[in-house]
Amino acid sequence: MTHPWAPGGDLTGWRARAELFAYLRSFFAARGVLEVDTPVLGRVGVTDPALDAPTAEGGALQSSPEYFMKRLLAAGSGPIYQLARAFRSGEVGHRHNPEFVLLEWYRPDWDDEALRQEMDALLGPLLPGFPARRQTFGALLKDVFGLVWDRTGPEDWAKVLQAHWAQRGQEGDPVALAAGDELSLLEWLYGEACETLEAPTFITDFPPALASLATLRPGGATAARFELVVGGVELANGFQELCCPVTQRARFEADRARRAGLGKRDVPLDEPFLAALEAGLPPCAGVALGVDRVLMLMTGARSLDEVMPFSWHRR
Amino acid sequence: MASYSTNEFRSGLKVLLDGEPCAITENEFVKPGKGQAFNRVRLRNLKTGRVWERTFKSGETIEAADVMELDMEYLYTDGEFYHFMKTDGSFEQFAASAAAVGDTKAWLKEQESYQIVLWNEAPISVTAPNFIELEVVQTDPGIKGDTAQGGSKPATLSTGAMVKVPLFVNQGEVIRVDTRNAEYQSRAKG
Repeated sequence: MTHPWAPGGDLTGWRARAELFAYLRSFFAARGVLEVDTPVLGRVGVTDPALDAPTAEGGALQSSPEYFMKRLLAAGSGPIYQLARAFRSGEVGHRHNPEFVLLEWYRPDWDDEALRQEMDALLGPLLPGFPARRQTFGALLKDVFGLVWDRTGPEDWAKVLQAHWAQRGQEGDPVALAAGDELSLLEWLYGEACETLEAPTFITDFPPALASLATLRPGGATAARFELVVGGVELANGFQELCCPVTQRARFEADRARRAGLGKRDVPLDEPFLAALEAGLPPCAGVALGVDRVLMLMTGARSLDEVMPFSWHRR
Repeated sequence: MASYSTNEFRSGLKVLLDGEPCAITENEFVKPGKGQAFNRVRLRNLKTGRVWERTFKSGETIEAADVMELDMEYLYTDGEFYHFMKTDGSFEQFAASAAAVGDTKAWLKEQESYQIVLWNEAPISVTAPNFIELEVVQTDPGIKGDTAQGGSKPATLSTGAMVKVPLFVNQGEVIRVDTRNAEYQSRAKG
């Protein structure tokens, strides 16, 4: 048995990574955003049904630094950013690695559009096509599938998805795959639609059921969540942050119910985080950006393995 | 039997799907937004060569296929089976069915080396080398005055394969052929 030891990529690529880190730090330093450093090994994991944080002795590896960073914000940190290691079990593919780098930052007193404009400024020098287009979740699904998501139901979503897969020669039954979790069908449709987007695009105004940690827009018809998609690849996920501890707790409990329905292991709530919301999280917008994916797009790499010296299979 | 979970999927992995041996040629982990994950996997059936895409629930496991790729020398056919021998000095022989040999039958030449895929110790596919040198056993005489440029004619090779050759190629000559598209390359040197 041989033991391949060589890292992936080459010196040019490793330099590109170092230069990108240096650029990101200088961007935020110039804007007076404080760099912070929070634990990778937290007490608890994440309730989000789509995420599984690897458990480790003493707790769980963090799927994002969000809860810790919000505790800093609640304690009066002002604008902060972090180049964080993030962990997500089982996510292995060309565009996924179970350990990766997230650039996450928060802007107190900003709304989500102000944050998107800062993202345009950050990414403009790195990738072509910025400032990015803006398109709502509803408009995207209407454009690509002719589907009005809030006037259709899971059966319609499954039908459209099945037809789309069949057209591409992909075998699979969306209903069986969703295993009773109807929201998954909507999320997969959204994912398929994103893959058709070449030009940088911010998808805004998500269905309330997919709000995650975003606040709802006045009236409650949509959530102030957005994603950035470039070349069909999701680069970032951001929110006008939910600050209400009661709503937050209710969403965590809804997550747990959805996890139970999917037969996934239960995750206890992050009580210190909820206590920080009780104490008062200032109104803010925040976003997490996949740095390895940015590097992949910058260098024209087809796979993360080309821009990470030690991807999952090379460890 | 060993099995693989979706997070071990990678191209080149040999798996058993619906009882058929397949190779994974591409594995895409799909997880839009905050949605549930699945794997979109491109597979090649090692018996038929058919390529298709299939979705797997993330975390699903599939059985590994006991598949090996080996170089073997072609020996002879007994009319029903095609006999090959390992080139590792073991002299171990394997009999491939006509189905396993498939279209490669037209390129079988004694003592030539072929890539054999073994599944549970039995050959399931035979691939010819990209280039092979074969004798022209039948072709019409070239027309006088014709040169290297333009014009071609059919020729039958010693293996039974039919290829188009330039008009200047004569019966009895040995030519080099690309087995992937059955195209004439050149006259064999020496």
